[in-house]
Amino acid sequence: MPKVKIPRKSTTIDMTAMCDVAFLLLAFFILCAKFKPSDALSVTTPSSVFSKIAPETNVVTVTITPDSRVFLSVSDKNVSEKLAMINDINVSKNLGLSDAEKSNFANRPASYIGAPFSQLKSFLDKTPDELKNMQLPGIPAKDSTNNELIDWIRAATGAFAGSKMALLVRGDNAAKYPAFQSVLIAFKRNDQLKFQMITSPIAAPRGSELEKTQIVTGKKGVE
Amino acid sequence: MAEMDTSGGGGHKKGPGVKKAKKLSTRVDLTPMVDLGFLLITFFIFTTTMSQPTAMRLGLPKDTQKPEEQNKLKESAALTIMPSKQDKVYYYEGADPSKLQTSDVKKIREVILDKKRRTDPKDFMVIIKPTQDATYKNTVDMIDEMTIDEVKRYALVDITPAEYGFVQKTEVANGIK
Repeated sequence: MPKVKIPRKSTTIDMTAMCDVAFLLLAFFILCAKFKPSDALSVTTPSSVFSKIAPETNVVTVTITPDSRVFLSVSDKNVSEKLAMINDINVSKNLGLSDAEKSNFANRPASYIGAPFSQLKSFLDKTPDELKNMQLPGIPAKDSTNNELIDWIRAATGAFAGSKMALLVRGDNAAKYPAFQSVLIAFKRNDQLKFQMITSPIAAPRGSELEKTQIVTGKKGVE
Repeated sequence: MAEMDTSGGGGHKKGPGVKKAKKLSTRVDLTPMVDLGFLLITFFIFTTTMSQPTAMRLGLPKDTQKPEEQNKLKESAALTIMPSKQDKVYYYEGADPSKLQTSDVKKIREVILDKKRRTDPKDFMVIIKPTQDATYKNTVDMIDEMTIDEVKRYALVDITPAEYGFVQKTEVANGIK
């Protein structure tokens, strides 16, 4: 009986195509990734079941650090509003800020306010690198009597008059409640009764009422 | 696999005495490169989706002194929860803070659901009163709990000195510092 020859096939596969696809995807994701400028204020936000993405423009953010200091920042795109805010504070508190100092807040990306009015001038003179290495005092907002955040929120509402402003609170897990409470006081004093808190999303817990409704309605997120 | 034509352009003839250079294979093993590529892809996929922060909405009640503008609340339908030190949550039903009971952040869901079952859904309301010792995380967790348990009416209210007194007493009794 003649032997049947089975042609031996090579087991090596041409990887070029796969490699091409992999790197194409890689290039796509790298280009799509939005790199955040390293935050000067590092905050770990609590998690919630809410899935509405936080807005990014026309935003006034109040940051509460783990040691309960309060900082204020405005989204980078709203340069004119930032300028209006700092002008307002400069005039009403008689701080005598120079144009360069105002522009340091208005034009620098990811700029923030982290000092009381009395130290604001020297605070605005500093470069972002210098600020990173300093222990900043934050905006005094300990109670309702000495709450400079009230003035800042008032300036912000004035600057955003006519356009929609979103108030965001970005608090750290470890921040104490009184700090958050004084932020709420500042909002209330300015009749800003609606605000949002930045959280990291988690799924509804197993067996909870919310999960049951989500299964019934087929909706996943909470707006 | 990736190959390159190394024969050189033109086909330049070599003399008889010239030794032929050994032709080395130009095949490169691309497997590690593909591995690396996919590793980076997974990394970027994860980081892009995870970094999107979400926002939780909260409306504050307007401070008002006029009784006609204040919300009426049935005493029996109210549940007051007070997050405090070490993730402990103190709660009482109705309007008597002396009947304080202790729970913690993870177990409060049972308490809320139990009360919800026993109460007319029309009247049921949860009042969140974080103490001075509560953390921001506790506060947000409690508000989030309202969504998880589908409590329609809830409010974030300042704690009264009397209530804080009861909380502190309970904490001392339980040895919580």
